Amino acid sequence: MTATDQTQSPLDTGPRLGGLRRFMHHHPSLVTMPALLAISLAVTVAIHPEYDSFDAQSLAMGAMPLALAAAAQAVVLISGGIDLSVGSMIAVCNVLAAATMEHATFGESLLLAAAICVAGALLGAVNGLIVVFSRVPDVVVTLTTGFIWGGVALLILERPGGGAPEEFLQLGAGFLVTPWISGSLVLVAAAVAIIWIPVQRSRLGLLLYAVGSDKAAAFRSGVNVELTRFLAYVLGGLLSAVGGIGLVMTTGIGSPLAGVYYTLSGLAAAVLGGVSLTGGRGGIVGPVLAAYVLTLIPADLIFLNIDPNFGQVIQGSLIVLVVMGGGLVGLLQGRKR
Amino acid sequence: MSAAADPAPAKGSAWQASAGRALNLLRRHTTAALLVLLVCFVGGIEMIVPGTVTPTWISNIVLFAAPLGILAAGQTLVMLSGGIDLSVASVATASAYLMATHSSLGSVACVLWGLSVGLAVGLINGVGVAVLQVQPLVMTLGTGLMTQGTLIVYSQKMLANAPRVPSFIQSLGSGKVLGGIPIDLILWAPIALVVLIGLRRTGLGRLFYAVGDNREACQLSGVRVWQVLLTDYVLCGLLAAVAGLVIVGGTNAADMSLADVYLLPSVAAVIIGGTSIFGGRGGYAGSIVGALILTVLNSLLTLLDAPEPIRQILYGAIILILAAAYTRLTD
Repeated sequence: MTATDQTQSPLDTGPRLGGLRRFMHHHPSLVTMPALLAISLAVTVAIHPEYDSFDAQSLAMGAMPLALAAAAQAVVLISGGIDLSVGSMIAVCNVLAAATMEHATFGESLLLAAAICVAGALLGAVNGLIVVFSRVPDVVVTLTTGFIWGGVALLILERPGGGAPEEFLQLGAGFLVTPWISGSLVLVAAAVAIIWIPVQRSRLGLLLYAVGSDKAAAFRSGVNVELTRFLAYVLGGLLSAVGGIGLVMTTGIGSPLAGVYYTLSGLAAAVLGGVSLTGGRGGIVGPVLAAYVLTLIPADLIFLNIDPNFGQVIQGSLIVLVVMGGGLVGLLQGRKR
Repeated sequence: MSAAADPAPAKGSAWQASAGRALNLLRRHTTAALLVLLVCFVGGIEMIVPGTVTPTWISNIVLFAAPLGILAAGQTLVMLSGGIDLSVASVATASAYLMATHSSLGSVACVLWGLSVGLAVGLINGVGVAVLQVQPLVMTLGTGLMTQGTLIVYSQKMLANAPRVPSFIQSLGSGKVLGGIPIDLILWAPIALVVLIGLRRTGLGRLFYAVGDNREACQLSGVRVWQVLLTDYVLCGLLAAVAGLVIVGGTNAADMSLADVYLLPSVAAVIIGGTSIFGGRGGYAGSIVGALILTVLNSLLTLLDAPEPIRQILYGAIILILAAAYTRLTD
């Protein structure tokens, strides 16, 4: 939410318009997504004037797993792949956390959380290895591994249960300084800052974009395409693991079936956030912000006393409309030429 | 193409040479290879649990394979043109539910209600993919979510109209005639024939391959690509709706997650059957065998009496191994 101010402030400074145009050209989602989020927040406040820190906190908590699922999907999409097992990896890490932390102390829980992050990265590594070595299309591989991880999650915890120490839950459910900055918001920002930003700034970040935009060209320039694709899946697994742990913090338990929703919605948020399915374009901030927009919609519907089940209809329609709108723009531009 | 990729070295031992020849034979007759695999699976079941493979068992396998086979037909058509349809499971569920809630209107009307879902979602998918050139994966994912959400809202608004599966749908999904011929085979066989012959002998069928192989070339040679793709997705939607009716006839209960379990198998059957996800290569014959293999596999896992999580893991792992083996063989 803080990104809104940063990107919107140049809007009213005239001389910097050229720079803004260039910025918009290179990072369209960094302008449109904060704007869309600001609009949906404004709409929320308009229809629900008594919007307070409690609502903001529940939004942050509700959106956290989705934001991380979107981030995980975005990394893989940027590298030119796709990961339809994100939700199941979240579920595995979620039940792992809930099953192992139930009787642990706070310190142990933190260590366990680190171990689960490693486990998530391993799940991602398995995805990556199969995609790279089997040469089976990534959609098929991850659709199937998603099914397998679902079985693994059921194996760890047959039905919703488990738990974690109260202090650990407070990391996500509590707040920092003011109730407006909830722990889950900080967690998402930290995950993006600690995991993605160093990657994006490093050689690997460049390679991810290179491989995503043109595998053959990247290969001929001496890029290890297979290693790069593999690492993208590992990063996806790692971010999913953070999502799974975050889900424990916000719900207090582990649920083996909780993940299903996050695969589709995470992909939706990634696409909405400006990541290209053909790879090589987009970032992570856009998808993360899109996750908050997608979470706001059902909340707004509750404020409006509309059946919140419409939320899914609207989420689906939003994706369809956004991608169709994108296609229409392309069609019109093509005709002009 | 396969002859050029002959891996057997000329100077290799006789065993290597014959192995190479066998591999080449498999490459050229992939559907036959799949049939061999199917027979091996059935033989394996008979070895593990002797006395399982009876005419009744075979007729049950066909009975369970039919809805998957019909779903895979639509998926095959879409994949041949270079797409994928991830909304088939939601469409099948919605079709079954809408049919069940309109069962009081009579048999023809309620079936038409069910099929209307397939037509509507297929049209939306088609317009998105064909006209607006949206990636099929995102498009069908979005429409799948939309369909599912709409169905949930609809189910809550229509509490008075409790879903009821009419008896003729029940016999379609679970009945047998003439001493063991599943009724759904009587529906599946003509569909399969039309798809098989249509893909090989009709202009539209060949256009599916052509568009999947090279969309630009088709466009440049005067093919109205958007019409081909639109037809493709509408057909897939309709076939998914039909499959939904068969599935609900088998379970006799229209619930919200009825056909969810069919999404992965519908894609897997086509992939195992040798249709390329990038389009232009493959056919429905392989998908039929793929659907049968997956159904036999499911039956094997049931026979082994493994707990659900283990079953799920094994099922997925075997699909992956089959798909990987197939990709290695044909690439």
